[in-house]
Amino acid sequence: MTTNRIHQKLQEDKKILSIYFTAGYPALEDTATIIEKLQDSGADMLEIGLPFSDPLADGPTIQESSTQALKNGMTTGKLFEQLKGIRNTVHIPLIIMGYFNPVMQYGVEAFCAKCAETGIDGLIIPDLPVDVYQEEYKPLFEKYGLANIFLITPQTPDDRIRYIDSVSGGFIYMVSSASVTGAKNTFGDTQKQYFERIYNLQLKNPQIVGFGISNADTFEAATKRAKGAIIGSAFIRFLNEKGVDAIPGFISSVR
Amino acid sequence: MSAPVKSSAPIGGNAGKGAYHVSERGYYGEFGGAFIPEMLYPNVEELRRKYLEIMSDPSFKEEFNQLLKNYVGRPSPLYFARRMSEKYGTRIYLKREDLNHTGAHKINNTIGQILMARRLGKTRIIAETGAGQHGVATATVCALTGMECVVYMGEIDIARQAPNVARMKMLGAEVRPALSGSRTLKDATNEAIRDWINNPVDTHYIIGSAIGPHPYPDMVTRFQSVISEEIRTQLLEHEGRENPDYVVACIGGGSNAAGTFYHFLDEENVGIIAVEAAGKGIDSGESAATSVLGHKGIIHGCKTLLMQTEDGQITEPYSISAGLDYPGVGPMHAHLFTSGRAEFKAITDDDAMKAGLELCQLEGIIPAIESSHALAVFEQREFGKDDIVVVALSGRGDKDLNTYIDHFSL
Ligand SMILES: Cc1ncc(COP(=O)(O)O)c(C=O)c1O
Repeated sequence: MTTNRIHQKLQEDKKILSIYFTAGYPALEDTATIIEKLQDSGADMLEIGLPFSDPLADGPTIQESSTQALKNGMTTGKLFEQLKGIRNTVHIPLIIMGYFNPVMQYGVEAFCAKCAETGIDGLIIPDLPVDVYQEEYKPLFEKYGLANIFLITPQTPDDRIRYIDSVSGGFIYMVSSASVTGAKNTFGDTQKQYFERIYNLQLKNPQIVGFGISNADTFEAATKRAKGAIIGSAFIRFLNEKGVDAIPGFISSVR
Repeated sequence: MSAPVKSSAPIGGNAGKGAYHVSERGYYGEFGGAFIPEMLYPNVEELRRKYLEIMSDPSFKEEFNQLLKNYVGRPSPLYFARRMSEKYGTRIYLKREDLNHTGAHKINNTIGQILMARRLGKTRIIAETGAGQHGVATATVCALTGMECVVYMGEIDIARQAPNVARMKMLGAEVRPALSGSRTLKDATNEAIRDWINNPVDTHYIIGSAIGPHPYPDMVTRFQSVISEEIRTQLLEHEGRENPDYVVACIGGGSNAAGTFYHFLDEENVGIIAVEAAGKGIDSGESAATSVLGHKGIIHGCKTLLMQTEDGQITEPYSISAGLDYPGVGPMHAHLFTSGRAEFKAITDDDAMKAGLELCQLEGIIPAIESSHALAVFEQREFGKDDIVVVALSGRGDKDLNTYIDHFSL
């Protein structure tokens, strides 16, 4: 159980709007500015994407932003440098989302220590499976006060969802449909039924829906039953078109 | 010896005893496992639970063996290469996977996996391909069984390998360009994985080498283990003994090597030699010698040795042979390397090409450039005059004629 900023935020009586963006994109030094602007425009929680050369759970938008961020010179060390002092101005929960290989190369313990030092509250590592986490890394994450967040999908069986719920700290990341990341305009009946099914399981951790959320409609549909929703690809596309200064307009268009 | 058709053991036999076989949990030493996003869990878990049971089913084994015999043309000959043996002062046998239907060992795996896909009730097949050999082998078995087939191929490889793209299309497959990242084999693999995430119910992913999340490396290895199974029977006929002194194979992801080594892994008097592509030289920055240049990490769902930056970004390998430029090696080979069970050699483009041309002129066989790397071992290393050395001739050189022509200005 984590008592960090994520936990506190989830206690609030409101639907959580979480935004994903890729660190080092559009420009290398945009990371801290984007974080501050998102907070100031009313985002509740942020996922900072650590770019990876081979992001196999991501659709084209996030892939391209990762490729560009790496071209811009983004590295793990660089990200921690950019985040130094971020807690002087930012108080909303910050989560790093990245693939396991860069974390391994940095050193899992060194990475966790650095996260704690900079004020990161949690990690989402889609290719670190729950059983490996349980056996090898859980004590480490806990030592540094990091919530580890797992994904579930429409194909995840109920008993596995309950197992993931028992291991999770923070929230459960509900992938909205069988797909890689990418923006969609609407949710169909199957997705709505899935949202109901998960709601009816009455899990101990709150659920936040991600993948395919792009605007006020999809945000509302996703959060009818869940505690919040995450927007990624749609925000990255917006950044690409409108630039960092237009961020407040994006947040106000969602709610 | 591996299982005759009537035994209850799965294809490849009851492994798990030896230190070099996969463990119950999917590891070879510290390598392997299934580092996959949750979206892939139901598919990979279903395969993990069922693959050994299906591979133990007598009717499955019968169907697999019949197709290998009547469609692929197995057993492939074990040929004593007399003139080459004379030249190098040792006893060289070639395992002729080049004579298989579609021209390489790849078909052993695709036959097995298409039957597996059918048993799992899947109706749509996806695959990745680099040079196009695995893509052709997959398109072939999809035509054979009437399954829908989508092959992902890097945009750059599509341009480099036009004849294989045409073959896949003739066989009824759709070839989809991988436009992300470096637009080569590793990106085609990413795209295939993404497709599987998007189509979790009806689709089976036929991986083309002994890579990927558990159980893929073990499943592919078992389908390819027919190579070493036959070597033992055939060597007994030729030489009155089942075990050679050495087995040699080239390694891209490691499927022909895994199949060639399989029944000898626990036979300590059999030397195992794995040959990687050094490209333009190990220190040239253009190489695919993963055992030398790689570090432990995760690629395509598997913990293994891979070529990457200090920061953990996967790098693009290089070899003149498209089938060897994968930035990782299968987890079994990572374990064979770090445990010292296998000797690893790295062969440059030039040395491989020379060895390929030499085989043409000494034995009248035009090898795939991948296989030429394995043949080049005789210039790098001495063998005793009574040693029996079996080399996997993993494929034929038809697909590589243009490269040979350019290289030697023929
Ligand atoms: C003829 C041939 N040999 C070897 C390889 C390398 O693959 P693997 O290491 O899986 O055997 C390939 C791959 O395309 C090939 O076509």
